[in-house]
Amino acid sequence: MTKKKRPVIEREEVVVKFVGDSGDGMQLTGSMFSDVAAIVGNDLATFPDFPAEIRAPQNTVAGVSGFQVHMGSSKIFTTGDLVDVLVAMNPASLRSNLKWAKKGATILTDTDAYDDKTIEKAGYKANPFTDNSLDGFNMIMAPITTLTKASLQELGVENKIAERSKNMFALGMLYYIFNRDLNSSFKYFEHKFKKKPELIEINKIVLQAGYNYADTIEALESVIQVSAAPMEKGRYRNITGNLGTAWGLLAAAEKSGRPLFLGSYPITPATEILMELAKHKSLGVKVFQAEDEIAGICSAIGASFAGSLACTTTSGPGLSLKSEAIGLAVITELPLVIVNVQRGGPSTGLPTKSEQSDLYQALFGRNGECPVIIVAASTSENCFYYSYMAAKLSMEHMTPAILLTDGYLGFGSTLFRIPKMADMPSINPPIAEANDSDYKPYKRDHETLVRQWAIPGTEGLRHRIGGLEKENVTGVVSSDPINHQVMTDMRAQKVEKVADFIPEQEIDGPDKGDMLVVSWGGTYGSVHSAVSKMQKEGKSISHAHFHYILPLPKNTIKVLKSFKKIVVCELNSGQFVNYLRMKFPMPNIFQFNKVQGLPFMINELTDKFNQLLEEK
Amino acid sequence: MDFINMTVERTNVQLTKADFESDQMVKWCPGCGGHAILAAIERVFPKIGYRKENFCMISGIGCSSRFPYYVNTYGIHGIHGRAAAISTGVKIANPRLSVWTITGDGDSLAIGGNHFIHVIRRNVDLNILLFNNQIYGLTKGQYSPTTPMGKITKTSPMGTIEHPFNIGELVMGAQGTFFARVPDNNIALMTDCMFEAAKHDGTSVTEIMENCVIFADKAHAPVTGKDVKDETMLILKDGSPMVFGKNNEKGLILKDTMLDVVEIGKNGITIEDILVHDQYSQDPGIQLMLAKLAPPHFPMVFGVIRSAMYPTYDDLVEEQIKFARETSKIKNVDDLLNSGDTWEI
Repeated sequence: MTKKKRPVIEREEVVVKFVGDSGDGMQLTGSMFSDVAAIVGNDLATFPDFPAEIRAPQNTVAGVSGFQVHMGSSKIFTTGDLVDVLVAMNPASLRSNLKWAKKGATILTDTDAYDDKTIEKAGYKANPFTDNSLDGFNMIMAPITTLTKASLQELGVENKIAERSKNMFALGMLYYIFNRDLNSSFKYFEHKFKKKPELIEINKIVLQAGYNYADTIEALESVIQVSAAPMEKGRYRNITGNLGTAWGLLAAAEKSGRPLFLGSYPITPATEILMELAKHKSLGVKVFQAEDEIAGICSAIGASFAGSLACTTTSGPGLSLKSEAIGLAVITELPLVIVNVQRGGPSTGLPTKSEQSDLYQALFGRNGECPVIIVAASTSENCFYYSYMAAKLSMEHMTPAILLTDGYLGFGSTLFRIPKMADMPSINPPIAEANDSDYKPYKRDHETLVRQWAIPGTEGLRHRIGGLEKENVTGVVSSDPINHQVMTDMRAQKVEKVADFIPEQEIDGPDKGDMLVVSWGGTYGSVHSAVSKMQKEGKSISHAHFHYILPLPKNTIKVLKSFKKIVVCELNSGQFVNYLRMKFPMPNIFQFNKVQGLPFMINELTDKFNQLLEEK
Repeated sequence: MDFINMTVERTNVQLTKADFESDQMVKWCPGCGGHAILAAIERVFPKIGYRKENFCMISGIGCSSRFPYYVNTYGIHGIHGRAAAISTGVKIANPRLSVWTITGDGDSLAIGGNHFIHVIRRNVDLNILLFNNQIYGLTKGQYSPTTPMGKITKTSPMGTIEHPFNIGELVMGAQGTFFARVPDNNIALMTDCMFEAAKHDGTSVTEIMENCVIFADKAHAPVTGKDVKDETMLILKDGSPMVFGKNNEKGLILKDTMLDVVEIGKNGITIEDILVHDQYSQDPGIQLMLAKLAPPHFPMVFGVIRSAMYPTYDDLVEEQIKFARETSKIKNVDDLLNSGDTWEI
């Protein structure tokens, strides 16, 4: 490889986005690019951005699919707000993504994709190359399709097949721009196309051709170097939030010795959890794709009664359908993990976009007094840990737990330091012993108020539970008024007592000061980044990010009372903030909300925080 | 008495009715068909011979669904319409349990219709006892999906304008592998059919024509009443000709493509001409025709109408897991976490 001597510019962090038609292979291109970044030791976070339709009409804005990579030589917390390098394979993807490009960003585009028809289909009035809309960007205009075909001419590859590998040409160019090595991608081709050796050759040639082409062009003044990030020693992999959630459940099943059962119905953006668990029958997981959301949760309740770690996975509309059955799990006091990968609502809403607007539903969306444990993951990586914890708490406390993640976490990926199962916390479900003559269905542990799990098939423990109120201890059907009060209180107190088993709320920054920023769930990265930026500027600001919603950590009130102002940031109209206000009526709790199906931008957060700090 | 599913552990002591009696007061109305069904269950469970801890009864909502409280087994009284879904989870999670789903015409055919057809289609090894009293009893007398057209009820003061389901037809339409129909006033037949249901691998649906003394009294009397039943009921027996009448002088034949009633000894008809019941036939053609018969032109048929062998869902689940365990390199979660692309830093 001959390489022109170009200056190398060291960058701490860079955001790259690949966009093109749904069929252009942008997801693959993006993940190959991020894999190489991971191998050289960058920290990174990725996010796929695709339409709700499978193949919307070609060359339209509706059909644009994208993949964003945020990589850095320091810790990466978000998938990035604005883009430094945009690879746009056609006019529609350029038009729909230009608004995310930073001022002066590098834009690589395939000039062959621009003709009167595609320009019009993208909604442009004129060719964007001539209408000044690209002024101020560093444009790399390359005839990618032509060059791809030319590179394969000697092999005699059909034009149609050659065209399909144009994404690899673009990737080759990016590898040059980022000073990356091609070898790991070559190895990937060799592995992926083992059964189609001709594709190994084609992809290698095109990737190399793109790399070489980038070396020759004038538009590039320098190459970018993103060095390795200082990372904790260990074995790493990429993980999406949905994968993490699925694996956390498998881990909890193994640790607890309870077989895993998943009863679920496909729904975006939660389906990947169902698909992932269906792959792992070798670990004994039983996956039941039910006829609807209700059958999903009801089968899980049956499996829980039968002694499984039972789970159901869904998104907002599915959680609505499951409400009545959650009540059954609450009154029967059976463990059950309900995963809600939140999306934009109400109703079908924005299925592929992210929101935090199901918190009220998780807290209050059932008939009767019906408390459940609520846990929320905050990064794609810690979906593993919090699904594990939801399962642990649910089994140990014999009550359903809702795990809230969201589409942003579920689809997004981060690096994951692989834990050892031996290091995971123990899980000890209260299984009743055979022939225990004192066994009663609702006899409770004095400390935790937890009843025992008596598993069908066990000798001497036959009993009936169900949706009708039961007498405390004996489990006999009862509509006695005092007993109903007792049981209602027990169910609530049992969930509150979980607070004794979860960590205290941590504060990022000084534990008192002018302002505390509060957040929960998938907004961690952007809120953390905004707060640390202001801390570096010397502002008196701290951050408390909540993972345990019900119950709240025991020191929550102490944390809140240590600051002059509190601002709660959420991607909804103010659900956690109102929950906090209800629990801890305080006049100084402010809120910042956004309901656009998009994550917070760091700038909009710092603007709000600065404004609040300045106000008297 | 012949083969019974070996995946459920058997007891080595002779169980009796007392082993299944619950200490709960039975709160059905006096004269309710539920009492007879309970008596039949207490008779048949000891006969089946499974360990008493391996029985599990799952119900939905309605008068029928109080049943689990009245039998001493493991049990869940569930929510309206969802008994089949809850039962499915119990059975998949532990195929060594004998799962009995107790439901009614409203529970399974209205609010739970979706779960009902899908559990049948999957052939999960459950025994569904469907108490069909043609009315909503617990909510005090509204019409149900099996209430005959034109019937006056609390919500149909001018008569219903809905076509009722024929449960056998629905079961076979959903590719059911077992369907039996019994009246609540014949405990012996009920017990026999429940035993057959237990023997069957796959979803068994037993329709029990149950009398609701309060809101639909004698709804089934035109068929199952003592005064008429000789002429209106034909009790099927596998391998035997389909005969009925006071002296078994009538029978069914296949004439062209339809069933027809004939009199033995008349017009040259002999017992040899009468159709012989084959409950094990894979093809449900004749069985479906039988399930649809009704007075006045035909008798209604009772007993086991269909009992065909097909793989069960729960067996297939176990097979796939066994195969995956034998062939996969991933044996535990540590293996899984370290599978695929990983690297050391």
